[in-house]
Amino acid sequence: MSPRRQQHATKRSTASAVALRPERQLHQIAATVLRLAKERGVPETEVHIDESIQALTRFANNTIHQNVAEQGMVVSIRTAVDGRTARVTTNRVEADALRAAIEDSLSLAAHQPKDSHLLPMPGKQKYRAVRRFHPATAALTAEERARAVKSACQLAEERGQVAAGIFSSGQSQSVLINSHGLSAAYRQTQSAFSITMQQGSAASWAKANEPDVRHFDPLHLAKIASEKATRAQNPVELAPGRFTVILEPAAVLDLVGFLFYDFAATAVADKRSCLSGRLGKPVFGKNITIADDAHHPDQLGAPFDGEGMPRQRIVLVDRGVVKNLVYSRRSAKQAGTKTTGHGFALPNEYGEAPLNLVVAGGNTSVDEMIASTHRGLLVTRLWYIREVDPYEKIMTGMTRDGLFLIEQGKIAHGVRNFRFNQSVLEMLRNVECLGPATRAAGEEAFEMVVPPMKIREFHFSEVTKF
Amino acid sequence: MMYDWTNVALETSRLRGASYADVRVMHLRQRDLTTKSGRVGTLSQSESIGLGIRVVANGAWGFASTDQLTREGVAACAAQAVAIARSSALAKKENVQLVAEGTYVDSWQGPCLKDPFEIPLETQLDLLLAADAAMREVKGVTLSESDMQFRKIDSWFASSSGSKIHQRRVISGCGIVATVFQGDAIQKRSYPNSFGGQHGLGGYELVESMDLLQHAPRVAEEAVALHSAPQCPEKTGTLILGGSQLGLQIHESIGHPIELDRVLGQEANFAGTSFLTLDKLHNLRYASPIVNVVADARIAHGPGLGSFAYDDEGVPAQCIDVIKDGEFHGYLSSRETAHLIGLPRSGGTMRTEGWNRLPMIRMTNVSILPGPWIFDNLIADTDDAILMETNRSWSIDDRRYQFQFSTEIAWEIKGGKKARMVKNPSYSGITTEFWNSCDAISNADHWVLWGTPNCGKGQPMQVMGTGHGAVPARFRNVRIGTAFSKQ
Repeated sequence: MSPRRQQHATKRSTASAVALRPERQLHQIAATVLRLAKERGVPETEVHIDESIQALTRFANNTIHQNVAEQGMVVSIRTAVDGRTARVTTNRVEADALRAAIEDSLSLAAHQPKDSHLLPMPGKQKYRAVRRFHPATAALTAEERARAVKSACQLAEERGQVAAGIFSSGQSQSVLINSHGLSAAYRQTQSAFSITMQQGSAASWAKANEPDVRHFDPLHLAKIASEKATRAQNPVELAPGRFTVILEPAAVLDLVGFLFYDFAATAVADKRSCLSGRLGKPVFGKNITIADDAHHPDQLGAPFDGEGMPRQRIVLVDRGVVKNLVYSRRSAKQAGTKTTGHGFALPNEYGEAPLNLVVAGGNTSVDEMIASTHRGLLVTRLWYIREVDPYEKIMTGMTRDGLFLIEQGKIAHGVRNFRFNQSVLEMLRNVECLGPATRAAGEEAFEMVVPPMKIREFHFSEVTKF
Repeated sequence: MMYDWTNVALETSRLRGASYADVRVMHLRQRDLTTKSGRVGTLSQSESIGLGIRVVANGAWGFASTDQLTREGVAACAAQAVAIARSSALAKKENVQLVAEGTYVDSWQGPCLKDPFEIPLETQLDLLLAADAAMREVKGVTLSESDMQFRKIDSWFASSSGSKIHQRRVISGCGIVATVFQGDAIQKRSYPNSFGGQHGLGGYELVESMDLLQHAPRVAEEAVALHSAPQCPEKTGTLILGGSQLGLQIHESIGHPIELDRVLGQEANFAGTSFLTLDKLHNLRYASPIVNVVADARIAHGPGLGSFAYDDEGVPAQCIDVIKDGEFHGYLSSRETAHLIGLPRSGGTMRTEGWNRLPMIRMTNVSILPGPWIFDNLIADTDDAILMETNRSWSIDDRRYQFQFSTEIAWEIKGGKKARMVKNPSYSGITTEFWNSCDAISNADHWVLWGTPNCGKGQPMQVMGTGHGAVPARFRNVRIGTAFSKQ
């Protein structure tokens, strides 16, 4: 046992972080699967191994009330025989269990109709390296998370507020190998701090999600939420209607995030995308450019897709015009083009999707947006967003944890929360200015890079009681 | 064998100083089948086995889980849980206290006549592909989809109090969807429910009882017909909800607000809080006097997604009166939250998604009790209303006051008769105002225990299945058509 492994073995009996297996161990397991499948006479086999170690400290009422840790690894095996394929996943890695999983996969595959469009598994690929594993995040301990939470809770108590939230950290790795020589590997760390500060019936919120835990300061986030909660006191009820709004990045993320699957070639082919019949057309305003870029420095995630194809940067919307979709190998072949490296693991019915959206920003700060607004609303966060109309992309949801009236270029006071029913397509035609794009974290969509936006005529339909 | 691991975990936690511990070893098996427009989509199977241990040490909670089911792995996991609990104690205000509960040694198995994992795959795929084809035979259908999902969950629970409980639950579900893109609109119809269909505790017999083939042509025809139907009017008026939509209305505007962890602020950062503050217990006219709602986890209530013999902290399944003759009567509770509000016993609603997740307060089967109305008589008694069926979208604020739902389809009711179909129906309201406007509830002949398989809550997120017994019901003075309002 090496000194490093000894150190981790010792730590494991405390609340400190534990370590991922060496990558070679995952390759060994994958190689065992390929060998067993070959011995069984399986023509094509794919093995995807995911290992994850996660911990999350949860607090509410200014105290820690849940504190959890997990570790696990799953081996997912896909076999393909004569135009038939199926996937079996297990978290048991002994040879007998892997052999049984191969048999189950073969059995599932054998009992289905032949799929004449099933492609052979791809061969060896080249990947652009990404560095998303940060030892400081991996080494974060339960004690360190507890001390940061304690500081935030003390701040809340000093200010007569009540704090609730999470501080999480984790590490994960993936290995994807197939019998045609494809071999891909990836590891990352991830950390998040989210806090809601409540004062009386008012509340506000702040959140960060980063691969490197040193990139955010929990206490700073607590102070932002605390100060906004104070300003949100005694909210005034306004009549619903159309307002100029300034959406902070989390609010932009949680709305624009609902567009992600609309850019899938399979969704367009299935005629369930809001972009059906709109390719090449100016669907959004000229100030809207959206790309998918797994290699963007503020993104997370593997540089390869569910079949192991390299993820490419794709410009989806260029100055308002829908330019491109993303493709899996299958949808690309059907469309007569090349895969963009966005396919989901097979077999599936959804095809592909962009998972690393980057919405280009501008140079207007939120403060400048506020200063330029005669009358409008500043929106911290949105909640419970659901699709009302799939083609016009009308979304409904609520404002939450910090809605403020802006009058004469200044924040005037808190406002009771509104329900909105708003077309995202229309919204992105009504953007007056954008701020710098940033890695945003919300609760409805996965993290992506988006700017704050000032938008005219945003439609609020009803008001709630707080 | 499984209790060998729970013994190692309990013994390690005791030696490390835990004052309480409970352990779950769980073996989860799942099969997912889908078809899309005549082809197999997803075809996958998975299994996962592991152990999770929850402990109290230094008066605070810790939880750890592992898939390393060896003596070393389980002991390390238990030691980690105790160490985490000691870290939690750095920011504690009071020591954790649990209300008393009995000790149980038991083994229980839910209903399952036909093990879905033993049914030939061809049988399952043939049915899905036939239903898929039947939908596409209707001209205009642009996308047909079908799905089946099966789960087998074995759990071995053991606590430092001496309980040892094994439970097996088999869950089955299926559904079909026809989608039609035409002009500038997308319409769809689902059966037996949207977002995955109907799910319940039981085996393949549940799938057979749904008779997907018989309903496939109707579903497709309605999806096509919606395109030529007029828009649902915008007005304040009478609303009749079909049973599955009433089930989701119960889920969102009764089931979630009564979760005591929400009420006590423990979910304030994510899932939200609740308007049902403690002062409202036995002191709120939640609904009209004809409304009675229970949270019933007992199998006697039916084979629902919220049916079990014991919850995941070893408390026997119970029936709780939530709304009795319109009055708010009770919360969903755990051993810890029951202590915090002075209840003598937990309501037995702590549930976990899997071995690597902490049990938390979840809905069981939160159901409305049937009323006296034969459905046809309820329609005949209604002069002017909109009848809405099958959920399309759902949203409610973070204290569970203001909601908006839309459904896939609706019909006007005119002069006591079902009249023309309308598209894009929606309605909205304030929870207590809405439930107080209920003036007719259908009878037991129309009562169905609907399954909601996808309820998300907690951090890390847990997805849980909940049950909702529901019948068609009528509501007065409801805002209708708000989702598409231009005002």
